[in-house]
Amino acid sequence: MSVEKYLKHMRIDRLPHVWCPGCGNGTILKATVGAIDELELDPSKIAVVSGIGCSSRATGYLNYNTMHTLHGRAIAFATGIKLSRPDMTVIVMTGDGDAGAIGGNHFIHAARRNMDISVICFNNNIYGMTGGQYSPTTPEHSYATTSPYGNIEEPFDLSRLAITSGATYVARTTTYHFVALQNYIKKAITNKGFSLVETITQCPTYYGRYNKIGTAPEMINYFKDNGMTLAKALSTMKEMDPDVNYDGFNVNALLEKAVEKLPEKLIIGEFVNKSKRGYVEKYEEILDKAKEKLASSKA
Amino acid sequence: MYKAGDYVLMQGDKACALGAIAAGCRFFGGYPITPATEIAETMAEELPKVGGKFIQMEDEIASACSIIGASLSGAKSMTATSGPGFSLMQEAIGYASMTETPCVFVNVMRGGPSTGMPTRISQGDIMQAKWGTHGDHPIIALYPSTVKETYTLIIKAFFLAEHFRTPVIFLMDETLGHMRESFEIPEIDSKFILPRLSGEDLEDEEIYHPFESFNDTTTPLMSMGKSKFHVSGLVHDETGFPMGSSSMAEKLLRQLDKKIRMHRDEITTYEEYMTEDAEILIVAYGTAARAAKRAVKLARVDGMKIGLFRPITIWPFPNARLVKLLQQVDAVLVAELNLGQIFQEVSRLNKQKKLLRLLSRVDGSLIPPEQMLEAITEMRIELDEY
Repeated sequence: MSVEKYLKHMRIDRLPHVWCPGCGNGTILKATVGAIDELELDPSKIAVVSGIGCSSRATGYLNYNTMHTLHGRAIAFATGIKLSRPDMTVIVMTGDGDAGAIGGNHFIHAARRNMDISVICFNNNIYGMTGGQYSPTTPEHSYATTSPYGNIEEPFDLSRLAITSGATYVARTTTYHFVALQNYIKKAITNKGFSLVETITQCPTYYGRYNKIGTAPEMINYFKDNGMTLAKALSTMKEMDPDVNYDGFNVNALLEKAVEKLPEKLIIGEFVNKSKRGYVEKYEEILDKAKEKLASSKA
Repeated sequence: MYKAGDYVLMQGDKACALGAIAAGCRFFGGYPITPATEIAETMAEELPKVGGKFIQMEDEIASACSIIGASLSGAKSMTATSGPGFSLMQEAIGYASMTETPCVFVNVMRGGPSTGMPTRISQGDIMQAKWGTHGDHPIIALYPSTVKETYTLIIKAFFLAEHFRTPVIFLMDETLGHMRESFEIPEIDSKFILPRLSGEDLEDEEIYHPFESFNDTTTPLMSMGKSKFHVSGLVHDETGFPMGSSSMAEKLLRQLDKKIRMHRDEITTYEEYMTEDAEILIVAYGTAARAAKRAVKLARVDGMKIGLFRPITIWPFPNARLVKLLQQVDAVLVAELNLGQIFQEVSRLNKQKKLLRLLSRVDGSLIPPEQMLEAITEMRIELDEY
């Protein structure tokens, strides 16, 4: 595969990037531009918006319209862009702290509105830019600079949060599963509604080191060994509990159950992919109604 | 929708919204809050009639961010709020300042701090309008005192935001926002409606540098989707990218400051009433200035030479003219609905140590003209002994 395919989407003069050796963020960046390249989108009609954190530095390397905004607020900025310019493809690049903690409110409300934005979340389970503090997705008992005795908070499942808030495309994968990642990003961009691609990525510098998971290759191997598709998880759980009617579970309930039954596994795959009109499409009708009202008041 | 020449009876909040639409505002992101809600309600009703977009966001932070996003992608944008919401918007105002994004933030002031007095008038956010967001930054803040002036001044707010590529704070107050007055919808001077650069204005080989400046003015903003550029809240060079060099930070912060400071005369406006021969000057603004004007009229009937100076541009403060007036008059009374925010500003200018007094009220009521006259009478006694 030609490297040109990727480089033409990048601001080469901005490289080298700021990320640590072994960081997974570059993999997600590559999958994103790979997806955009295959979709043959007009680069001047793409806006990529990020917040603050390691993930959010991605926008600076992309040769589109790019906004590096405030911590947690990328989705709110992106909402303004998408609503004012429905012709543009709007992508948000964010992290687990950016989207799940400080920006949690914007995340759930954009999903609720089914706002046509594709959120690519770099979930490394830690605040990397500030030096390794626990985030809303840090697993319980994990170590971070602000959880030196082990984390006592329960983590958020960002995919489940998006599903239950109304997102119309939700997929989760890891940096090991590159082909799936690029494919999910393509589908997220194509979906006319709120999409989340949650990507579990390695932070060997902080999360891996503090939790003794090892170097970047060891972390990626962990993703390889423990990543399990929801379909596989479902069949495994059916074998474990033949008396439970898992076919009657919705995707959110299945994901919740999988965490309980298969606690070591990272449940990945495409969780939601449905067609539903969102705010931007519905607002077109508001425009028509308002113009009719204006015309009738003049008549 | 009204047209020029229509005679209307209108609430201040509504005039603010309709004036903004007349100025070309096509995006509004907001959140309900007393006493600014009527601005959002009017926008929800009227914006789609002209093809504009309205969204009620999940909070004021999101509202502020949404209008910056919309502005960068080509729509003249506004939000409206009051004290608590204005506090939440401060970080985004700093981002708009740093990224030189034109947008208008309306703050219909109510009693504070905190939840304060939601339905009562206050002028407590004067300094917050200037220094609310962190870091050194320039700001423009305007404050009308009548419903008609609200309609015309918001058009100027959009002009200044676009021309100087800066957030503009449009101050109002609870009384002004909820008061109804009759006026004739004015003709808009087209020179105040600035179009955005389109991509077609660029030569193919030319690269757009969104933060280049010429003669202390930043290059006009091109909309996203027409060219490709990067914006960041980090210190950046003319291309928009963070450089991490300290000399770049120095250059950027001074340029941001200069683009307002060097054009102060173009920006500042004020009203003077019977100042020609005034011996005592009242400084008042917004709704408080209406009572001050009445006090001047009443005093003149009694033969007292009183005048009114009403800053319309609050920031940058119209220093130059006030310094001249301070040389002329014997004494100055600052009448405001806070504990002396503009009083401090006037004190700094009072180099000749003219008698300077503050008349302030923070009980959610206006200062009646009679109370101002009493203060002036006391000042006249003081002057005899001064």
